[in-house]
Amino acid sequence: MARERLVVVGNGMAGCRAIEEILKRDPDRYEITVFGAEPRVNYDRIMLSPVLAGQKTFEDIVLNDLAWYRDNGIVLRAGCAVTAIDREARVVEASGGPAVPYDRLILATGSDPIRLPLPGAELSGVITFRDLDDVEAMVAAAGKPGAKAVVIGGGLLGLEAAYGLAQRGMDATVIHLMDVLMERQLDESASYLLREALKARGVETIVGADSEEIVGRDGKVAGLKLKDGRVLDCDVLVMAVGIRPNAALARAAGLEVNRGVVVDDQMTTSDPAIHAIGECAEHRGIAYGLVAPIWDMCRTLAAAMTGDDGAAYQGSLLQTRLKVSGVDVFSAGRFAGGAGCEDVVFRDAGRGVYKRVVIEDGKIAGAVLFGDAADGGWYFDLMRQGADVSDVRETLIFGQAITEALRGVDPRAAVAAMPDSQEVCGCNGVCKGTIVAAIEGQGLDTLEAVRAHTKASASCGTCTPLVEKLLQLTLGDSFEVPTGPKAVCTCTRHGHGELRLRIVAEALKSMPAVMQALEWTTPDGCSSCRPAINYYLLCAWPGEYRDDKQSRFINERVHANIQKDGSYSVVPRMWGGVTTPNELRAIADVADKFAIPTVKVTGGQRIDLLGVKKDDLPAVWADLNAAGMVSGHAYAKGLRTVKTCVGTDWCRFGTQDSTGLGIRLEKFMWGSWTPAKVKMGVSGCPRNCAEATCKDIGVICVDSGYEIHVGGAAGLHIRGTEILTRVAGEDEAVWTICAVTQLYREEGWYLERIYKWMDRVGLDAIRKRIEDPDERRGLYDRFAYSQRFARIDPWAERVAGRHSDEFNPLSRRLEFTPA
Amino acid sequence: MNAMTIQSALRWTDVGAVTDIPLRGARRAPSPGGDIAIFRTGDGAIYALRDACPHKAGPLSQGIIHGHAVTCPLHNWSIDLSTGEAMGADRGKGCAPVIPLDVRDGRIFIGVPA
Repeated sequence: MARERLVVVGNGMAGCRAIEEILKRDPDRYEITVFGAEPRVNYDRIMLSPVLAGQKTFEDIVLNDLAWYRDNGIVLRAGCAVTAIDREARVVEASGGPAVPYDRLILATGSDPIRLPLPGAELSGVITFRDLDDVEAMVAAAGKPGAKAVVIGGGLLGLEAAYGLAQRGMDATVIHLMDVLMERQLDESASYLLREALKARGVETIVGADSEEIVGRDGKVAGLKLKDGRVLDCDVLVMAVGIRPNAALARAAGLEVNRGVVVDDQMTTSDPAIHAIGECAEHRGIAYGLVAPIWDMCRTLAAAMTGDDGAAYQGSLLQTRLKVSGVDVFSAGRFAGGAGCEDVVFRDAGRGVYKRVVIEDGKIAGAVLFGDAADGGWYFDLMRQGADVSDVRETLIFGQAITEALRGVDPRAAVAAMPDSQEVCGCNGVCKGTIVAAIEGQGLDTLEAVRAHTKASASCGTCTPLVEKLLQLTLGDSFEVPTGPKAVCTCTRHGHGELRLRIVAEALKSMPAVMQALEWTTPDGCSSCRPAINYYLLCAWPGEYRDDKQSRFINERVHANIQKDGSYSVVPRMWGGVTTPNELRAIADVADKFAIPTVKVTGGQRIDLLGVKKDDLPAVWADLNAAGMVSGHAYAKGLRTVKTCVGTDWCRFGTQDSTGLGIRLEKFMWGSWTPAKVKMGVSGCPRNCAEATCKDIGVICVDSGYEIHVGGAAGLHIRGTEILTRVAGEDEAVWTICAVTQLYREEGWYLERIYKWMDRVGLDAIRKRIEDPDERRGLYDRFAYSQRFARIDPWAERVAGRHSDEFNPLSRRLEFTPA
Repeated sequence: MNAMTIQSALRWTDVGAVTDIPLRGARRAPSPGGDIAIFRTGDGAIYALRDACPHKAGPLSQGIIHGHAVTCPLHNWSIDLSTGEAMGADRGKGCAPVIPLDVRDGRIFIGVPA
């Protein structure tokens, strides 16, 4: 019987693997011809990154050498492009050679890299990352000393390209449109760790950056201009923004083509004699760009072509690993959750590990691992099998070894049953017997003592629960698992004090950095911890940290106070409670113009406009700004008001210029964020008309100077102030007040009012620090520095268009859709 | 079967792009039946609920979004974005209606009974 003629278009990984799979099943069935556009044998495209990085050579990554083609009787036509398929005649036409007839045709034409249509994209030195020619171009560019590279695209390929270029000695920078690197595979926490790891390997990453133009010089690339105006110099620019299935040949032949060549479950196109596999194919609406699905497709196609009519490709679950040396990243399945999804998060700051497993209906729906991806394959298998993991939910995140060791066992009994020789602490190689002996022999009764004497659980801490159980087992009920200070929230075991200290001590400057270092157990915190962390970061790094508005309570996010009906109240600032006819007229006009239902005088000597619609806020502010008024911060965990009496200006009893001091304080201190609200008062004499002695900070003016009071409250709790100190001059009063405010800003816990902070740390301790001239000076200077970034009217910023999406509905189209 | 019938009777309206909503943010879409709140979580999932907390009708679109939940700005009820149910101590006390939603090619579609 004459053999059937099989023609394969595409001498890449898919085409050759399909042939291998067919030969494995039925070596004599087909007479095979392969066309390849590249003038080379088949090589492992996945391994181009290590070639670029100089860790492998081309010879290392050759999959099928010439001998393979020869030994299997395959005709290879390398460097020969197929130009057309004549389906009627069943022949393929190729450039520079005769047409070849086929009985069966496999299209494995792969994909083309997407080139962004940026101005300058045609310049020399602008390359993609797809084949060996690209790699050679990059390696050549890296030859120039001090050469710089920019990579557009922070996906798998772009990051590997940048890493390879950095390994070749170039300064590499990755520009990514999204805020999260590899956003289809990673979440924000893993992306943060990846950026740090890349930085340590010489790759800078810029996220949330959009490219505008490629700058050229003498026909060669010289830099990349971003939409925000920045220009990054470079000698080579790599575009790694994605791939597009190469379906031109199929389309010209009249086959059904969508994004890729449409195939059924047996990889057959709309023509039963033609099949398509790999990146050029589209199966059930998906065109894959990873290697694992290609192998699955090749197996199915080979089975179907060798007589197995039942073979069917069902689509592939995807897993991703990044090939950057020493950076262990794994991602599989969905991690974006959905109905009924539950996150299990594990962070180990010591080892830089972040693991997140998403469970849906008792099964693993996805996993993201960073720093320790050893169990990636295991999670992927469980996910693929659809295994029910409910009964191992508690130990799942610790990986396969621990989960299987403890499956179905009561943890305490399991610990008792462990042999003395079993290792408990993998980091320091400490066995159960050693720990028990230390507890008994040296009378240890705390976790810290065990750590100090045996080093068990002193490194990564993963085995801490196990060591605690050993303490329990050995000491019986006399050992209690210690409970530390009250945790910030259920996302963490750490208290506010430790959180604040470590942000400063470890220079943690972003929300993901804090959550990783303190091993948060949720992916992105909660409505309790996020506002606290945001404040602590803002306070610790005033010039560097960018406020995260999504971590602000609504009032601070939109700079107005939400009311029970969802409308807002607006309170313009009146410095020291003093206003003018012009300001009052402007307020009246605004109230008329926007039909504001209630205008009320507040306890803090301000005017409150109640019932403003959210969409109207920027327009209301614009009118108030125009009359010279700024935000009154009546919504802020920050300085709200300084209430004053009329002092020596008018009062018969006034001893000092209390109005002037109040205005001076407010003008200097407005806009500052504090752990909780701060209200102040300045009274011109001990008759105390400004009620300064129930304020957070108050001043009572006396003939000899100023009494500085702190720790009053007149809300849920009523508290009179206590005298912090007495000073003689107004300047000193201002310095002292700023210093004590700064001390509170640096040490107070989020939502802790000054009087509570005072109860916690003691008035004497505060006084001691404020009365020390050096300390007071330092505090004042830090407050003044922070104010350089804080004294900005948030209303004016929003009138100018900042965060305009906040004040406009997403769409009004539904309003016109009849219900 | 029931769900299928309801699905097929919906008319879908494009209300904007996924990227019009900031991560961990929400936007409103006014509709004749009241505002609809459309949420985008930190990991990029999109949800839509009637913009009224089951407690005192607070605008959920103005709350803080964490994980796959939102905390109402009025009295701190936490609402599960996928079901609209109150969570934690308030579990079982009420539910914000889930609005039919579809995300295709980066666009958000809201389903309204046709």
